[in-house]
This record gives sequence, C-alpha cells and structure tokens, in this order.
Amino acid sequence: MTIKSIKNIPDEEILCSGTPACAGCGGLLALRHCLKALGNKTVIVNAAGCFTLLSVYPFTPFANSWLYTAMACAPAGAQGIRDALDILIRKGRLNAQEDVKVVVLTGDGVAYDIGLASTSGAIHRNLDFYYICSDNEAYGNTGFQWSGATPFASKTATTATGCANPTGSQLAKKDLFEIWRSHKPPYLATISPSHPVDLINKFQKAEQFKGPKLFINLSPCPPGWAVDASSSVKFAKLAIDTGIWPLKEAIHGDLRHTFIPGRLKPVEEYLREQGRFAHLFRPVRQEAALQKIQEMVDRYWKEVREKEPPPSGANKQ
Amino acid sequence: MEKVREMLTGNSSAAWGVRLAEVDYLPSYPITPQTEVIETLSKWVNEGLMDATFVTLDSEHSMITAAGAASATGVRTFTATSSQGLLFGFEMLYTVAGWRVPLVMLNVSRGLSSPITLEPDHNDVLAARDSGFLQIHCETCQEALDSILMAYRLAEDERVLLPVLVNIDGFHLSFTREPVEIPDVETVRRFLPPYRPKHAFFKASQPMSQGVAVLGGAVYSYFKYQMHLAALNSLDVYKTVAQEFYEIFGRSYPVIEGYMAEDADYLLIMTNSFSTTGKAAIKRARDKGIKAGMLRLRLIRPFPELDIQNAVKQAKAVAVFDQNISIGKGGILYSEIAGALYHEKARPLLLSFIGGLGGKPVSASEFEFIIESMIHAAETGKVPGRQLLYTEDEWSEINRLKGMAGKQ
Repeated sequence: MTIKSIKNIPDEEILCSGTPACAGCGGLLALRHCLKALGNKTVIVNAAGCFTLLSVYPFTPFANSWLYTAMACAPAGAQGIRDALDILIRKGRLNAQEDVKVVVLTGDGVAYDIGLASTSGAIHRNLDFYYICSDNEAYGNTGFQWSGATPFASKTATTATGCANPTGSQLAKKDLFEIWRSHKPPYLATISPSHPVDLINKFQKAEQFKGPKLFINLSPCPPGWAVDASSSVKFAKLAIDTGIWPLKEAIHGDLRHTFIPGRLKPVEEYLREQGRFAHLFRPVRQEAALQKIQEMVDRYWKEVREKEPPPSGANKQ
Repeated sequence: MEKVREMLTGNSSAAWGVRLAEVDYLPSYPITPQTEVIETLSKWVNEGLMDATFVTLDSEHSMITAAGAASATGVRTFTATSSQGLLFGFEMLYTVAGWRVPLVMLNVSRGLSSPITLEPDHNDVLAARDSGFLQIHCETCQEALDSILMAYRLAEDERVLLPVLVNIDGFHLSFTREPVEIPDVETVRRFLPPYRPKHAFFKASQPMSQGVAVLGGAVYSYFKYQMHLAALNSLDVYKTVAQEFYEIFGRSYPVIEGYMAEDADYLLIMTNSFSTTGKAAIKRARDKGIKAGMLRLRLIRPFPELDIQNAVKQAKAVAVFDQNISIGKGGILYSEIAGALYHEKARPLLLSFIGGLGGKPVSASEFEFIIESMIHAAETGKVPGRQLLYTEDEWSEINRLKGMAGKQ
C-alpha cells in the first residue's frame, strides 16, 4: 500500500536510539525508515563498514536479528541464511511464521568495490533478499578514503588536494545502479533520507517480488563531507534538486525515474557548502571542474527527459 | 547390519560420508583435486538420492561464508575445497570458527602456488591450524568416509561447537580407489543424531545477534580463550566419539595410530596418505631386524600433546616427516612435536625431514636414509640439522630440465 505523506510512515521503531553512529548520519536516518518499511522479522547481514559498529557486544540497537560476516561477502552470508531457512521450513523444522526477511546492509566501499563479485553472484542466483547500500561516497568507517563511489573532484583522505592535484578525485563515480541493473533484478531503486515517502513506497513495492530487491541510499556523512551534523537532510535534498542523485527504480531492468525535477538547481548549490568540495571554490574558483560536473548532470537528465517525459504529478514529494 | 563394500576413490568416500550424515546444505565451488566431491554430491541431489540443497557460489570466500551462515541458521552443512581455494577463503575460516558453528569442511590437499601445481602437500591445511577449525587427517578412503561422520559428532557436541576440517591428500588419496565399507543410514543415525542447535539460529520470535563486534582486548580475549578451551575439550570428546564409533562400526580411530610402534626404538612420525608407503618402509626395516615403528598423527587440532609424549617415551630416536615447509623455519609438525616434548625429562632425539612437497614421491632409499639417520643419531648422540629430501635421480632430472630452459 503506497503512502502519500510523512504522517503515514509507520510509528514502530525497529532501529532504536542511542547508537554509536556519528551525529547526523544520513545513512542511519535512511536505515531507520527502511526498517520501518521492512518490519522486525528480519535478519540483517552486515559487511564491514560504519554500521558494523552499531552492534557491539553486548549491545544492539535493532529489534531484529543480525549477523556480521566480513567485508566482501555479506550477500554470500545472505545466501546461506536464506537457503537454510528455506530448508528448515521445507523439512518441517521451522514454522513458516518464524521466517525472516534477509537484508544485506553495507556501505559503498563494499557494494562498489570489494563485494561486487559476491553481490553479482547473489543477484544472478536470484537470491530472495534485500540489499541496502548506504553510499556516503567514500570508505567512511576508516576515515573517508576514496572508493569507487567517490564522485569526481571530491577530496578524500586518499585524494587530498595539493599543488600537484588541485582537484581531488580524478575519476567519476562508478555507476553501481547500472551494473546492478544489467543483472535485471526484480527490484532496484535509489533512495534518499530526504525523501522518506518515496523510500517507504519503494520498499512496499519491492515486497511483491521474490528475488533480489536492491537499494542504494545517498548518505550525507557530516564528518566526511565536512558539513554540519544538522544539515544532512538539506544536502540529501540538494543532491536531488540539483540532479546529482536521481531517484529512480528498475523493475526487471525496466528503468523509471520516481522524481523528475522540473528545473534543476545548479550543482554549485550542492557543492559549495561541503568541505570535501571547498577547494573548487577557494582559494581560486576551478571553473573547468565545476563545469564538468554540471555537464555530467545535464547530460544525464537530457537523456532521461528524452526517454521519460515527466508524467503529470510525478514531481510531487 | 548388511555390509556393503565398494571400490571408491577418496573423494567419493568423503562424499558418501556427507550423504550418510544426511547433510542439509552443500555450498560449493570447484577446484582440482576436490571437484569430484561436489560433482558426486550434486549428482545425488539431482537424482533425488540426497535431500539437500546444492548451490555453486561465486568463490571459495563466498562459499565458506554461505556455509558458515547456513550453519549459524541451524542446518547441517558441508563444503569442500583445496589449496588455493582454502587460502582464497582463508579470512572466513577464522570468522566461521568464531561463530562457533559446527561446519564440516573437506580439504583435499594440494601444494600452494607459486609455482602453481596440482599434487599434494600440507601447507594448505596446516596454514589453517590456528583458525579454530579442528583438524582430522586421513590415510585411507575408508577413513575419509568415517572421519566425516565423526567430524559432525565432534563439531556438534555442546562441549565443542567448533568447525572441523577433514583432510585427504589430493591425487594420492582423492583419486585412489580402495575397498570401502559403506554403512547403512540407520546405523549412522544411531551414531549421529540430527542437528538441532540450541545456541545459534535465526527465527522471527527470537531475534539473535551473531558475529557481533567487540571493543577492547579483554572482551576479545574472552571469546578467543573460550574457543581454545573448547578445542582442548574436544580431545576427550574425540576419544569418546571414537570409542562409540568403534562399538557401532568396528573400526578404531585413535588420535595417533601406532604401527609396529609399541616396542620401537626408532619412530617415524607421518600424516595422511604417504603414511602407507612409510608403513611399508617400517615393515622392511623390521624384516632386517631394526626395531622401527610409525606414529601417524590423525588429530592435528587439537594437538594431542600428552598422547605424543606417551607414545615416544620408550624410543631412542624419533624422525618427523613433514610434508610441508615453513619457509625460513622448516617442518611445521617438527616444531609442534618438539614443543610438546620440551618439558619431558626423558625425551628421545628428534630429527626433522622434509619431503613429499607437491606430491614428490618418497623412495624406499629415502625412508632407509631416515631410519639410518635415527640409528646414527642414537649411537652418536648427535642430531643432524633439518634434512630436505631430494634424490640423486631427481637432482639430475632437474638439471636436465634447467638445461632445456637454458639455465645450465
């Protein structure tokens, strides 16, 4: 059942307060909403990353089950659990009422880089699971080093800016959505903590499908992005309004944008106040880099508008 | 009990053990020389002869993860690998052992790259000796089948709850046919009850966090010490399990198998399938009037220190044949055995020999050399340095190959 307003978001808290996550973590905010949509009959299969430190013995903030695996293999852990649950139910050793949804939870370093093979395998095997990737565009838990998800011109701890390289990351962000979409999973979507209604509705839509249900969340990261902890939702929203982070879904590979901005705000509005992009503005304005970012976004949306004319009412959030 | 004997390979024997253990879940990934195991199991699953789920993962790393996670969900799980595959999944050996789940895994030994090769030595399986997996090393095909059954009993015992690696040698055992008695499943059920875990599972009504992080050395040490103490417990549990196995099946598997060892002055220590040729050499020595004997180590983890101390007490000299090499140190088992004997007041001279790497055969003359070295050491009281076995024929052959490679 789709919801229309933030007032319809389920009240139940599956992820409780008091976690050791950083103040203002955009990933945690989105995860809270994801779990509201999924309910408490879940097992989270975690790979090494920021969220690993949510469950530290003997504490857990979750009302659901949890298994920490290792960095590269959470989808394989999900495979083992899902297969085992199916075996137990089939052989009458577990009541079907006791079944749980299997949810992989990782950061972008895992999803884009080290865990790509195990994820590809799990999607290809049509494993019935959810994958939530909290993408803060760097290896956040180790102190914000460059990852395959890091966008062009971002400063990270391993793409420091200096006279030999004033720009930061030289590479564009890897397109994980398209890599995953090429597997034609039943459900695939991008989500944002600034758009909880869109997020909840995507999870509810995904529920009808058996097989991989994959979500990539753009997670504003106050310490890594060098922004104020109170501004995560603001930057998440700016990422959408500038067209940097498109909200979209793909059902069995068929792509559709769930929000097509009427007029894009200039990318500068998103970049300017983030410490990780400050070098593009001070001490000298790096016009070429800024232009390149704007052009990448414009090119993306030009293609979208050609293929997908905005349906009436689609822009309401 | 109707006795069925068939000519089976080592791989096929291990697969029979898995079938008779009524394993639920078979996450797999092919690698030579293990592949026949998963091919056999897959065939049985597809023919409806095994009520199990078979899945091929994307790597051994994923395979061991899926195996451990399924075990942590409460099903009886088996997986198998060799060599590079074991090392590719290595991180997960420690992880799964820490989950305290009774996974049984077969390693079909094969030398490690580089140079890349196919035939066996034990650097692969011994690399895992500190991981928390218990280790049972097999000499024969029958033992491969029987050890899989015993491994589940051991792993699933609540005093243990650690995964077990069963080792067989690639090619020399994996592809060698021997007559194997296949027990019937009803008898196996008497020995191995179904797995119904009380400590590790996932179900909606009882949320559980498994494999959680710890912060601080004291908490970390607590869990590591628990694993170590459980592994030490498993030695006595193993002996009980082995006794019960003997009573039901009539086959005896002590932690250390003695061959002509009781009155031996000179003891050769070996493991795995090459022990068979070692035993033949011992018999030849006996025929010549030399009081030689063999100890074959079957349980490598837990390391049976007390059993080793007792078994070598009467000997004048002991030679450890290591089919492995710790580069820059020497034989791995030699060091472990020397450590076990250090505090013994009366301890034999202890000699170290390295051979059989990458499946290099051990000739009769090499065994004679080992036995003569023990006799000489006992007479002179002098222990030679570590010996790397290599015959004159092998030396001239490598020189011929080097010549062909233009490196003479």
